[in-house]
Amino acid sequence: MNWLVAVPVALPLVGAGLALAFARSPKVQRLVSLATLSLSLAAAVMLLVYVDSGPVVMDVGGWAAPVGITLVADRLSALMLVTSLVVSLAVMLYSLAQGFADGDDGAPVAIYHPTFLVLSAGVSTAFISGDLFHLYVGFEVLLTASFVLITLGGTRERIRAGTIYVIVSMTSSMIFVIAIAATYAATGTVNLAQLAQRLPELDPGIQLVLQLLLILGFAIKAAIFPLSAWLPDSYPTAPAPVTAVFAGLLTKVGIYAIIRTQTLLFPEGRLDDLLMVVAVATMLVGILGAVAQVDIKRMLSFTLVSHMGFMLWGIAMTSSAGLSAAIVYAVHHILAQTTLFLVAGLIERRGGTTSLLQLGSLARLSPLLAVLFFLPAFNLAGIPPFTGFLGKAGLLQAGAEHGGLLSYGLIAAGLITSLLTLYVVAKAWNMAFWQEAPEELVPSVPESGRTMTVLPRAMVAPAAGLVAVMLALVVIAGPLFTYTDAAATDLRARTPYVDAVLPDGVRGTGDSHVITESESAQDALDPGEDE
Amino acid sequence: MSPGTMIEVTPSLALLLAAGVLCGTGVYLLLERSLTRIVIGMALLGNGVNLLLLVAGGRAGGPPVLGQTEPEDMSDPLPQAMVLTSIVITLGVTAFLLAMAYRSWQLNGHDEVQDDLEDRRVAERAARDEVSERATDDPGEYLAEPNDVVVEAEARDETRPELRRGGRKKGAEPNDVVVEAEARDETRPELRRGGRKKGSEPNSANESDSGEGGSR
Repeated sequence: MNWLVAVPVALPLVGAGLALAFARSPKVQRLVSLATLSLSLAAAVMLLVYVDSGPVVMDVGGWAAPVGITLVADRLSALMLVTSLVVSLAVMLYSLAQGFADGDDGAPVAIYHPTFLVLSAGVSTAFISGDLFHLYVGFEVLLTASFVLITLGGTRERIRAGTIYVIVSMTSSMIFVIAIAATYAATGTVNLAQLAQRLPELDPGIQLVLQLLLILGFAIKAAIFPLSAWLPDSYPTAPAPVTAVFAGLLTKVGIYAIIRTQTLLFPEGRLDDLLMVVAVATMLVGILGAVAQVDIKRMLSFTLVSHMGFMLWGIAMTSSAGLSAAIVYAVHHILAQTTLFLVAGLIERRGGTTSLLQLGSLARLSPLLAVLFFLPAFNLAGIPPFTGFLGKAGLLQAGAEHGGLLSYGLIAAGLITSLLTLYVVAKAWNMAFWQEAPEELVPSVPESGRTMTVLPRAMVAPAAGLVAVMLALVVIAGPLFTYTDAAATDLRARTPYVDAVLPDGVRGTGDSHVITESESAQDALDPGEDE
Repeated sequence: MSPGTMIEVTPSLALLLAAGVLCGTGVYLLLERSLTRIVIGMALLGNGVNLLLLVAGGRAGGPPVLGQTEPEDMSDPLPQAMVLTSIVITLGVTAFLLAMAYRSWQLNGHDEVQDDLEDRRVAERAARDEVSERATDDPGEYLAEPNDVVVEAEARDETRPELRRGGRKKGAEPNDVVVEAEARDETRPELRRGGRKKGSEPNSANESDSGEGGSR
């Protein structure tokens, strides 16, 4: 069954090729995108169940670790895969519906489908790579796709925002490559499992440098303050579906990489205090930025930055409880933030603008939209019984257990951030939906010339679907926490991951023959068999 | 390829220095405002980093082919494979950046990287209210007198009268970002004329852009 790991990467890539080949036939493109994303999601769900009994490892090309490239799915990877694919599928449906509603026969730009699928493949690659360099390649795949998506159409504003985004992303990639080069020079391997064994033998100073370099590269991607200035300016200019998928996934890939490297490679957590300070700054600066905004999209971008701090906090606590809460929070945040950006797109459609100063009385015009904004927004603020509350409660609990001055400072910062988030979203809801509009709302006019007095149902449905998934998470919060607790315990223990990748001990076999499951079991018993 | 069988792993100083110089100049150019210089900086930085990756494999040895070199004398093939991948990525992104610089020049008549929207808004507010002297010093003044931009654009585009006209129109309202759609349509005729003069290729690119531009 270990071929299953590669499906969420291989399928979208093949789909992207097909979609590119059928660039002139929007129907085929639609079919291909939906089919590949759905099948990948199915594979990811199967993985989610499958990895509950241990990490699934696939050696690409039959070259066993540590020689070849390894794909590994453990509980954390599988959970992130499922969440990201759910979100991708919903966003894809939304953008298709938007295409239909705008009267261009469901065909956005011909390049949209292939690029979106490549983005999905890149995100999946990052989640399952068991190899530092392969992680870099995954990052590059998703970044390159995101460059195209963020500058789609090449309008003035998108080129301006895209320029900054591209340069910042590339700089972070360069730092990542430097980190890889330094790691390889110091240890002679880039395989994560083997690094986990070799890094502790290094000089502590060198370890610290490697850790800092890796965190620096990932923190730019995850928009951790003070490396977050690029995000609130880049995201709002992109089209609504693109912003939604970026907000949900790209920063979380950075957080995932931080979790993976911190737990697997640097379990001692020597930078925890630094991470905690940075988490406080990220939360507070981000949310204060959001308070000052009068545009929904920009406001949401600032809350996105702010709430990355919560996940960083969970990572910095170096405890299973903290990690588990961070993972829950990441899942919650992917769903909530994506939904909010999709709904912001709907608001823009219905009200003609996303500026809170011009919007008003949308609740009367479109009650469904009001509910769709209300639920994820207050989920983000952490009102019980939503998942935002559960994640934050987990973090607070872990923080209290962790103890120490910094930890209590973080608890205070977390509470302040939550209250300010509540203030921000309540203000937005009040201004956009509740109070009277300052003037007559002008619905946006698509190219076909029809005014959108009624929102297309097909566009509302994906957003509503995501809200439903979000609410479903509340219902299954118990099993979810059990799952993430197990994931966090695995991450802290490290042995399940390392043993799965290197079943034959320190060196692994590096055998180049195709390993079937029964054979690999035999190999584990008798490593010298083939020689 | 365990480190034990590798030949000497101390990297050569010359390569390290070269990587350092490349990275240094790259970062310096990256701090420039002009997108063209940033592209060059990015290319230099990319090559410097790639060199660093190569250096990570240790000193050069024989080709890593069995039967040709003894395993003890082989150079490490893994960094070379990684560098190849990295070079391809750098190349692709450089191409993308170049396309972006060209598009930026098409739209604005120059390839300066513009300020962050928030920065500009703060500066604009400060310039209007004259609340803070300090804030108006730099970007505020720049915004208050957008003619600077026009002069700059004109200086750059002497060879291209049509584009200069487009540049001036844009330069007159650099703050206005909301009207991107109509602004685009306004520029288009001029740009297209500019493109036609140049050859048929940019022209067709423009047309396909206008077809795709609006919806997403």
